[in-house]
Amino acid sequence: MNTPNSTYTYPHAPGFVAGDRPRIVTSRFEYTDSYTLQRYLATDGYAGLRAALGRPANEVHDEVKSATVLGRGGAGFPAGTKWGLTPQGVFPRYLVVNGDESEPGTYKDRLLMERDPHQLIEGCLIACYAAGLSQCFLYIRGEMALAQERVAAALNEAYAAGYVGKNILGSKFSLDIVLHWGAGAYVVGEETALIESLEGNRGMPRLKPPYFPAAIGLYGQPTIVNNVETLANLPWLMRNGAEAYTSIGTKTSPGTRMVAVSGHVKRPGVYEIINGVTTFRDLIFNEEYCGGIRNGNKLKAFVPGGGSAPWFTEDQLDVAFEGPQAGAAGSMLGSGAVMVMDETTDIPAAALTLTRFYAHESCGKCTPCREGGTWLERILSRIVDGKGTDADLAQLVEVGTSICPGDFPHASSKRLGLDAVPFPYKMNTICFVGPSAYAPINSALVLFPEEFAARVTKRTMIPVTAVGAAS
Amino acid sequence: MARLSEENVRLAKEIIGRYPRARSATIPLLHLAQQQDGHVTNEAMAHIGELVGATSAEVYGTASFYEMFKFEPVGKYLINICGTMSCALMGAEDLMHHAEHRLGVKLGGTTDDGMFTLERAECQAACTEAPCLQVNYRYRFRVTDADFDSLVDDLKSGRLNDEIPAHGTVARVRQHIPLDRGVGAVPPEDVTEAPAWMDGKAAL
Repeated sequence: MNTPNSTYTYPHAPGFVAGDRPRIVTSRFEYTDSYTLQRYLATDGYAGLRAALGRPANEVHDEVKSATVLGRGGAGFPAGTKWGLTPQGVFPRYLVVNGDESEPGTYKDRLLMERDPHQLIEGCLIACYAAGLSQCFLYIRGEMALAQERVAAALNEAYAAGYVGKNILGSKFSLDIVLHWGAGAYVVGEETALIESLEGNRGMPRLKPPYFPAAIGLYGQPTIVNNVETLANLPWLMRNGAEAYTSIGTKTSPGTRMVAVSGHVKRPGVYEIINGVTTFRDLIFNEEYCGGIRNGNKLKAFVPGGGSAPWFTEDQLDVAFEGPQAGAAGSMLGSGAVMVMDETTDIPAAALTLTRFYAHESCGKCTPCREGGTWLERILSRIVDGKGTDADLAQLVEVGTSICPGDFPHASSKRLGLDAVPFPYKMNTICFVGPSAYAPINSALVLFPEEFAARVTKRTMIPVTAVGAAS
Repeated sequence: MARLSEENVRLAKEIIGRYPRARSATIPLLHLAQQQDGHVTNEAMAHIGELVGATSAEVYGTASFYEMFKFEPVGKYLINICGTMSCALMGAEDLMHHAEHRLGVKLGGTTDDGMFTLERAECQAACTEAPCLQVNYRYRFRVTDADFDSLVDDLKSGRLNDEIPAHGTVARVRQHIPLDRGVGAVPPEDVTEAPAWMDGKAAL
């Protein structure tokens, strides 16, 4: 299929917008039958696996290390380095694929699973071969019915054709990939909660240390947890080599990444962009991408990396998709999700939609998150309804500070003469759900204080002594 | 029907066999129970406990953590309207009000005829296609009030029966590992050595 112009949207992959850029993980999205084994094999499918199996496992691992394939789940930790954290000589080791994508604003793993499940399967095979992992569990979010069907069908095809299972391609490499699916819980995207869920328990994050399940994970064994998009990069990498991979993007952020841009832009969509190079200005305003703000409106603010990320405004438009740059500017790239708000946006109400999410999704293990998240939601809700007081604003900050002590990261603001506080924050909770409930509130309060001031009434204090005084 | 049927027990055993520890199959088996009965019954949870080696309280402990498991009957069609940021920015609240009005129930409620349950959902991973909703976990994108009305009409008339199964069935395609192709799951304590291909030589 020819792409009629650089922003053609494929009707069978709703949301995805192609472009004249390198496509590492979305190269098959243009085909209506992209999810079948037949199409996969006709488009270099399983050639990366064949290339990998033709080399010793440690060499494949080294290749992935030298390509610096950054994790696409949120933390941006290089996959090759992560694989190397497993303790020497301890077996069995497992691979758990994190397909529990549920960060607000994010969707790319769903498209990769629905549109190109064989690419993910091939990525899993390469990872397990390279890192000596003896079984793979592919955990797909419970609500993603189509992704589950497509991956199940692809696995059935791959087993029948000898790409998965005993003696793959007639070699000594044998691996089972087990499709597992969740049942609706955001926190399960945290890797230790994912493992708890996979063991049949409530999906609550584990106490740290150990910081990485690579040391102690599934059934107490070394376990690698990788994101779907991260693994989907591996077949291309094995076919083309680390040098070709690092020639795209920058030295510290090579390759491409998928970014979903939603909200008040002219052409919301999922784009595969160049890592480290593309800026937020390109993405939001360039005709090649979103083409600017709807109705010719002005940009007010945007969330740069999923609901958990502190917000940016026009002052940060020239930040590129490079982790350290975003961090210094006061936020993070997270899971590749940009949510854009135009001038018509009610900022406190927008923050509430995110705080409500995290309050709802708190697993209840850590008190600051369980109690604090709900407090934040109730207080903010009161303010949004016009029933808040100035004491409520102070209370928001106090609750937020008990989840995250110290200065919470935020962007700079020319308008307000503010300097940035760099990412990350300190936290009193095991995982990031608690801080995430406060992130939108802190951003909104710091960057748009006037919208809160206009919303609350000054509290008139009734002196206690006056209550119930006689005569 | 409440315990798993004979056919489902066979399927349950096949699923359990894929994991190094049976308890890992708890969530997949809860889905199986919900597919059978439309919601998860106490008898089914006790039965799952027998199959995976857990008490029914432990199974309920797991089940009650997850949003998708329902312990009371819900409508044949569960309509989840997303209310998180991207959808909210594009009018999700208005859509929810319209849906409440159209179905005559509040969020969380079920219509008297047992056809529809309406819920506010959190982010459904379709943020560029806002506002979005799911009917029994099948997507509808950029939903207008008129779209919602015709969706309800189509579900009532049965026009979408092929596309959208009744509540309880999520994926209609299951993984099946052929006996002659599967490696088989081994309890972790039975493995001590590196896998065969980690011998410093190419596998092919």
